[in-house]
Amino acid sequence: MEIAVNVNGTTYERDVEPRRLLIHFLRDDLDLTGSHVGCDTGNCGACSVIVDGALVKSCMMLAVQANGSAVETVEGLAENGELTPLQQAFNEHHALQCGYCTPGMLMSATALLREHPSPSDDEIKKGLQGNICRCTGYWNIFEAVKAAAR
Amino acid sequence: MSETTTTIAPEKVEVQKGWGGQSVPRREDKRLLQGEGVFFDDVKRHGMGYLHFVRSPYAHAHITRVDVSAAEAIPGVYGTLTGEEVAALTEPFFQISSAPGAHLKDYALAVGKVRYVGEPVVAVVAETRELARDASELVEVDYEPLPALVDARRSLDDDAPVLHEEADGNLMWTGLYAWGDVDSAFAEADRVVKIPELHFHRFNSTPLECDGALVEFNRGVGQWTITTNNQFPGFAAIMMGPAMRVGLDKLRFVTQDIGGGFGNKITSHPQLVACCLLARKLNRPIQWTEWRTDFHLSMSHGNERWFHDTEVAVKADGTLLGFRTKALDDAGAWLRYEPLGGVIWAQVTPGMYRWRHIELEFTQVATNKAPVSPNRGYSRMQHLWFTERVIDIVARELGLDPVEVRKRNYVRADEMPYETPNGCIYDSGDYAAMLDMALELVGHDRLEERRAEAKERGKVLGFGIGSTLDSGTNNFGQSRMINPELQFSGNNEVATVKLDIFGEIVVTLGTTPQGQGHETTAAQVVADILRCSVDDVHVRAGHDSYWNSHAGFSGTYASQFAVTGLGAVKGATEMLAGEIKRLASAVFGGVPVEQLELADGGVRIKENPDAFLPFMACGAIINANNAGLPEELDVTLNCRYVYRPPFQVPDVERKYGNLTLTYAAQIHCAVIEIDPETGYYELVDYSAVDDCGRRINPQIVEGQVMGATAQAIGAAMHEIYEYDEEGNLLTPNFYDYHVPHALDMPPLATGALESPSPFTPLGTKGMGEGGGAGIHAICAAVQDATGQVVTDSHNPYQRVWRMLQEESSGR
Repeated sequence: MEIAVNVNGTTYERDVEPRRLLIHFLRDDLDLTGSHVGCDTGNCGACSVIVDGALVKSCMMLAVQANGSAVETVEGLAENGELTPLQQAFNEHHALQCGYCTPGMLMSATALLREHPSPSDDEIKKGLQGNICRCTGYWNIFEAVKAAAR
Repeated sequence: MSETTTTIAPEKVEVQKGWGGQSVPRREDKRLLQGEGVFFDDVKRHGMGYLHFVRSPYAHAHITRVDVSAAEAIPGVYGTLTGEEVAALTEPFFQISSAPGAHLKDYALAVGKVRYVGEPVVAVVAETRELARDASELVEVDYEPLPALVDARRSLDDDAPVLHEEADGNLMWTGLYAWGDVDSAFAEADRVVKIPELHFHRFNSTPLECDGALVEFNRGVGQWTITTNNQFPGFAAIMMGPAMRVGLDKLRFVTQDIGGGFGNKITSHPQLVACCLLARKLNRPIQWTEWRTDFHLSMSHGNERWFHDTEVAVKADGTLLGFRTKALDDAGAWLRYEPLGGVIWAQVTPGMYRWRHIELEFTQVATNKAPVSPNRGYSRMQHLWFTERVIDIVARELGLDPVEVRKRNYVRADEMPYETPNGCIYDSGDYAAMLDMALELVGHDRLEERRAEAKERGKVLGFGIGSTLDSGTNNFGQSRMINPELQFSGNNEVATVKLDIFGEIVVTLGTTPQGQGHETTAAQVVADILRCSVDDVHVRAGHDSYWNSHAGFSGTYASQFAVTGLGAVKGATEMLAGEIKRLASAVFGGVPVEQLELADGGVRIKENPDAFLPFMACGAIINANNAGLPEELDVTLNCRYVYRPPFQVPDVERKYGNLTLTYAAQIHCAVIEIDPETGYYELVDYSAVDDCGRRINPQIVEGQVMGATAQAIGAAMHEIYEYDEEGNLLTPNFYDYHVPHALDMPPLATGALESPSPFTPLGTKGMGEGGGAGIHAICAAVQDATGQVVTDSHNPYQRVWRMLQEESSGR
């Protein structure tokens, strides 16, 4: 099927198999390899992206479902190599180790902070609930999101 | 989860000058935060084929027929590989074990028989991931099912199904360890505490990135390039080379970023061999990415262990004299790194305690479950859980306070370095002081008040301590206790440091980090020696065996980088500093090197700082402008150093010797509250105190402490690889295998002591594994709350509920 998807401001027109997952479309067809696959079952959130403003696990969505949509991925966060305050906070608070879950964490936290610019502690934890990290134990991720919040 | 974490700055910390000791923000982060890391699955090649494994649906069965023709007939399917082909093209993998485990015939794919659900039987390669998976459905395999052996305790029964006929039974390895005079300890004892059975359950760390590789075969030179996330390429190479009948120069391992490892990515060599054979057979790059369920079914489960007939000799005041026990270790279907777990535990034989008389009979058996392999805390965690269980059970039996029993028996600070009954040297530490700090951080002085207050709310409060060790920098000579014919001993790691033509300081490591921040800490060590900024130091990301910066034991595993990796970095940088001075001496017309110093990104004459040669000039002179230099000036500004710890070969007969160089220590305290109606419990307070000697980067150290804590919490409460009677894994994905989420995390207070190791180049100790302290602490807390002896390392809500029922019914 022919689809047109805007990713981080650029529109890509591609012919994809109907069963192609959005995550594989991003990673394999567009070479946007920042979003990762960690579980195949929608549990881990490493593939989280924002589609038309909504946080989505891109392994749970078909590429054809994104036809005509605007997708934001981790590659679109920093502008001209300038890290966003959230990315900087992740660095300062040591909120990542292996970095595999990090792109998904950043997208979840970005979506959270758009909806709740000054989230409560509980809102931060709930905002990260869909993302698994095996390295950090979440404590420093929590601190980073809190620091980045207004 | 906490809103704040506290790090206590202890009195012992020396004031650090320079970069070492500072929490320099990680240099890896910029790429990882922008999605610009390069993980193996991010790498693509023209014409590559995607590999999918057809796996066994049976725990135990003969393979009677394999037919790949229907799969191969599909357009877009590039080819297949069967067990029959593997058996013809390769040798069985080298076995570490002595007999009977030595007789195993282990190949990259199942040959003739399958021995666990999920065992790879056939590999299919196709144009896309999806097609490879579809085509796998068309591979026909006929099986003749056999009875499955799931419970290790039945493995040695006369009527038990036998996995490996060539080993003549399910016994893989057994050995008796005895030190001191156990009989006299029991004769001297006031009490003998008996514990019939303890069980440490099966789980692993489930790194978020599964295993995989991109494998290319260069037909002209007969060499494979293996872009992979294997975390111990040195081990993979010595397993793969002989099996594939090629020299190790034909196996080039490359990696950049790895999405977590925790030991679980050491034993991917069978799958890598299958990729290599297919890359050669099909003449195209092979891409293999393990699926999450494949990982759960087949990769690196942690050692499941039973302790039977434990007897503990104690004095009435709680003084521990000794113990004897029988450890039964479930290796699963194959010995992929095993039976090394049968000796690795001995690095921490007495735990943190002073008992001198110990006897342990270790037996490892095969079962129809996934093969076990190292998992964070490998084999020592199981044993340390055992010693901690013993302490709390003894305290309960004697009616003593677990805090007091620990303090009475801890190895004391003034006894360091302390030689254990089996000849290991605990290098430094003050365990009692650590416990005091952990108790204070968790508010132990208010414990009984809080217990009463929880009771008013209808909750049952429990408190527990986990005292544990993280032994680091293996002496591989201990493998000879498993098999005296093995020719391994000592350890090593490599680094190169060079000055390039424009003065760039370029560092290459032999390690394969998975988030431990090696690029940052290595830069800190280099900057301190070369007297420059960390920003001037370029540490190459990842590992490439073409870089020639590796040795036999290179990799990232077993809590050692701060000793071996940074020891190599220090050695190479000091060599480079010496060469820079010798070069400057020549340039300055023979000024003695003693009168030179490094400063501000160059070298100068101490008494005449205006005579300054920047690194850029040094690099340019040696690399591009060297005419006229004295002939005898032996300087390359490209220095390779191999760090080798000071080890001796252990005494194999007595099973005696120093098995690891350093002993980092962790003491955790957990406070839980149980809802007695349901057994649901929460961690309401938690403290973790760590002593890993000198910390190069305290923030990175604390990050490791946090990660190990979270994994221990998950293991203690939720995570288990559970099988049914037919050998089906009941937890093959993240739905059924629950790992902690953000909402599961308790408030955490961390603390640190620094007791520098007297044996390591920088006073550091390896500390990444963490010794499973959280498991020990939570088990102790459950015992405290329920009043029932905790005999299992895994205590989900339903088990805790049952324990409370037993308590209230007076059993």
